[in-house]
Amino acid sequence: MQVNACMIAVMTNENAPPDADRVFKALADPTRRTLLDLLVERNGQTLGQLCANLAMARQSVTQHLGILEDAGLISTRRRGREKLHFINPVPLHEVYVRWVRKFERQRLDLLHDLKQDLEGDGP
Amino acid sequence: MSREKTSFVYVSYIRSTRDKVFEAITRPDLARRYWGHENVSDWQPGSDWQHVRADAARTLDLVGKVVEIAPPDRLVITWANASQADDAEAYSRVTFLLEDYRDMVRLTVSHDELEAGSGMEKGITRGWPAVLSSLKSFLETGAGLDIVPKP
Repeated sequence: MQVNACMIAVMTNENAPPDADRVFKALADPTRRTLLDLLVERNGQTLGQLCANLAMARQSVTQHLGILEDAGLISTRRRGREKLHFINPVPLHEVYVRWVRKFERQRLDLLHDLKQDLEGDGP
Repeated sequence: MSREKTSFVYVSYIRSTRDKVFEAITRPDLARRYWGHENVSDWQPGSDWQHVRADAARTLDLVGKVVEIAPPDRLVITWANASQADDAEAYSRVTFLLEDYRDMVRLTVSHDELEAGSGMEKGITRGWPAVLSSLKSFLETGAGLDIVPKP
């Protein structure tokens, strides 16, 4: 149920530019993370190539790819009748800068304070 | 024997205008503020393009040609390490496509004709996400992100 609710939330904003909410929602599913892993291994795969690595109906894979595309995590390009899928790590990098690097900095500040305390020239 | 080629497609949505995004890529005084590099060219089809580190040493990291330019929609350049400038096989191709998307610009950077498994492939897969995030930050907030100058 929760997965469906999240899919609906993602799908209804189809034309809005990707935002962090959609990135996190898209990542909150093991199949979609596997799809991203498959594209890291080999970028620019077709639906058929991606399906070959997943025990799942083609239609479900298409749906997962749609959610990843709406979140901006993959981009697609046509080659004749085929659609090629490319991983787009730009939104992940933005999440990293916004959510990970910030906490790393706090941890570094804590270490800095600790060092000051231990060395006796803290406040 | 031709080497296996690969492609990457990066997309970023930027709250800005196509003119500003195009200028940020092609004007050295702007690019240095978020890229740590300047893109130096007279931006005519067929002209040279140089990717120069924005530091005192002004190291020339990348070279190429302007293949196609249509401001503010499209720019196509070739791309190679300066050290491989004489090797025609070393050149890959980068296409910048700028489209309006609601009140934003959708910037698509396609990097094609890359030699699979090459050092350049490793470099650009680390580089483009950081450069595009920094460009977005620069145009939306006036400040780029920390970028270590790398080819």
